[in-house]
Amino acid sequence: MTDIKELKIVEAPDGHAGAGFFATSYSAVIGLARKNSLWPLPFATSCCGIEFMATMGSHYDISRFGSERPSFSPRQADLLMVMGTIAKKMAPIVKQVYTQMAEPRWVMAVGACASSGGIFDTYSVLQGIDRVVPVDVYVPGCPPRPEQIIEGLMQIQELAGKESYRRRNSEEYQLLMDSYNIK
Amino acid sequence: MSDIIKSQSNILSSNNVTIVEEADNELMTLNLGPTHPATHGIFQNILKLDGEKIVSTEMTIGYIHRAFEKIAERRPFYQITPLTDRMNYCSSPINNMGWWMTVEKLLEIKVPQRAQYLRVIVMELARISDHLICNSILGVDSGAFTGFLYLFQEREKIYEIYEEICGARLTTNMGRMGGMERDFSEVAIAKLRKWLDEFPKVMKEFEKLFTRNRIFMDRVIGVGGISGERALNYGFTGPNLRAAGVDYDVRVMEPYSSYQDFEFEIPIGTTGDTYDRFIVRNEEIWQSLRIIEQALAKLPTAEGSYFANIPDYYLPPKKEVYRSMEALIYHFKIIMGEIDAPVGEVYHSVEGGNGELGFYLLSDGGRTPYRLHFRRPCFIYYQAYPEMIKGVTLSDAIVILSSLNVIAGELDS
Amino acid sequence: MIVVSKDIILEELQGKYGEAILEVSEPYNLLTLIITKDKIKNVLEHMFEHKQWQLNFLTDLTAIHFPDLIDNEFCVVYHLHSLVNNFRIRLKVFIPLSNPEIDSATSIWEAANWMERETYDFFGIIFKGHPNLVKILNVDEQDYFPMRREYPLEDQTRRDKDDAMFGR
Repeated sequence: MTDIKELKIVEAPDGHAGAGFFATSYSAVIGLARKNSLWPLPFATSCCGIEFMATMGSHYDISRFGSERPSFSPRQADLLMVMGTIAKKMAPIVKQVYTQMAEPRWVMAVGACASSGGIFDTYSVLQGIDRVVPVDVYVPGCPPRPEQIIEGLMQIQELAGKESYRRRNSEEYQLLMDSYNIK
Repeated sequence: MSDIIKSQSNILSSNNVTIVEEADNELMTLNLGPTHPATHGIFQNILKLDGEKIVSTEMTIGYIHRAFEKIAERRPFYQITPLTDRMNYCSSPINNMGWWMTVEKLLEIKVPQRAQYLRVIVMELARISDHLICNSILGVDSGAFTGFLYLFQEREKIYEIYEEICGARLTTNMGRMGGMERDFSEVAIAKLRKWLDEFPKVMKEFEKLFTRNRIFMDRVIGVGGISGERALNYGFTGPNLRAAGVDYDVRVMEPYSSYQDFEFEIPIGTTGDTYDRFIVRNEEIWQSLRIIEQALAKLPTAEGSYFANIPDYYLPPKKEVYRSMEALIYHFKIIMGEIDAPVGEVYHSVEGGNGELGFYLLSDGGRTPYRLHFRRPCFIYYQAYPEMIKGVTLSDAIVILSSLNVIAGELDS
Repeated sequence: MIVVSKDIILEELQGKYGEAILEVSEPYNLLTLIITKDKIKNVLEHMFEHKQWQLNFLTDLTAIHFPDLIDNEFCVVYHLHSLVNNFRIRLKVFIPLSNPEIDSATSIWEAANWMERETYDFFGIIFKGHPNLVKILNVDEQDYFPMRREYPLEDQTRRDKDDAMFGR
């Protein structure tokens, strides 16, 4: 007989189960739902974008992690993946796309150029997108391997899964948004 | 269009419903903005549409301007290769080799035959890689996602071959002044042979899906055509020019790196429309496969080693550095960038994935170039886009843009 | 039969534009002519329309800044190519910083349009007769011409890069 490997599926959060009910905390269940269905907005500008296309391909499939539908519309996306160099001309557009996204939203800076300007320390390149938007996860590399991008996605999943339900309404978060002039 | 509205409004107004009549000659402005799923790369087109047809467009580029030419004025020759990588990042080995050939022309270094054959193999792999992206994305933009998935799996295998040769997948930084940094290992050649066996089947499958597919043909035949003379006036080169009927290929006209030793054909099209560009790129993939097979066959009998004997410019092997004084001194001088280039100006061009990629290098005798200018084919032929999309619908404009293979890194330097 | 070569070109051009050709050289086998500013458009048109030479493909158009050559600071470089005869030629024109104007080649080649815009954007060279000479690659608010030698590469207002650690 052939060995069928145990399929690992997502585990249920801690809670109290009974006949016909399961009691747990909101943040656990909502975190579970959010982290396993992050829809990315691939903001691919340059070489890292090609590595993202490779990550989307069938070899390093990113849809295994729930990112089945890359959405190019900010209104329907959860995760803004900025991949590639952001020039100063493009910075207002990154900010605009970020403000158009609905909460909860996460930002992943993929590549050295998005994290800190990369090898382009010039007058025309924004030295890291955290000059204009708050970033949750930085994935270094030039370009990072698809495995690294997936690791970055898994870290976002950690953040999304453990996020407090009230974080986005807290004062700290508001201060963070104000420091970037984002309403 | 307005007659229909008038007649309908007559019918409806008799039922006491008023219709606001559409004003004639009012054009709609549509922003095909920098971030758009169908533009691979970031550039903006503000289109003016009359109903469905495009009347004019205003193009804005520069959203990824990284000032390569200014950076190059401050880097020694070895450190400019990573910059050239990031221009046309879909086929970075061609950019790298083009840069090295320019420097070798300036320094008058003769590259041995084996190194030239190795370079040819790598460049043709890169060309295949570039055309695979362009054609599969053309499929995605006309609605067919499958081709993309199949061909990207093959590109992963090409990446594995690059990794064996130089260690990196995408931005390869390959080659050195006077040859390559290391010979192809046994594993690399084995992987290459395996890939050469398996790739034609996948390519044939891709062609079966698209080339005589009724839906695809209806979408792309007759769309975005440009004549040979207009293309030449616009400075087109590469597959786009060959699709318009002009057989200009830098590899044939001014053979570099022993291309004259290989037998291959230049596919040309007739009308220069999107279908011709698609077919020309497919045919070029087959011709590149031919070249790689010939190069692999000729490799054992090639003369020379994988690098030229120029200790002034080529890093000595590490074993020598630890043992001999001369090698240590050369190593130090080269790494610290103490090697000066002669005074001179040189222009060299290679056949990149998109056309004639030219390097204009002016050296004033220092360790960095005085001026380095990249002749980027994308930048030059993208100017023809407004002419190509006059009078077509928006979906056709997207398909034309995909087939031109505009890569933002090359567009904006 | 060789239809175009260094001698043939020089014979005809020196006959027609004698004083306009300031210098002839052939670095790395590419014929290079230095032409004066007022005759460059005529020379380009001559090359474009010549029936035997067919130097009708504009490969490249760029500029170089030489801050030390007073009154000859900018050098506009044209690379032409004859696809039919497989012959390349380079034309250079020196123009002063005090009056960086030169005739545009857009009436001859459409390809020159964006190439001249890029040269204007980087160096500030004004091409007379260009249909739309505005910035193309840099941000619109930038008020200086960045490729000139006096301007630094790095953005001086950035806070996170410590110059001491980067060897500057």
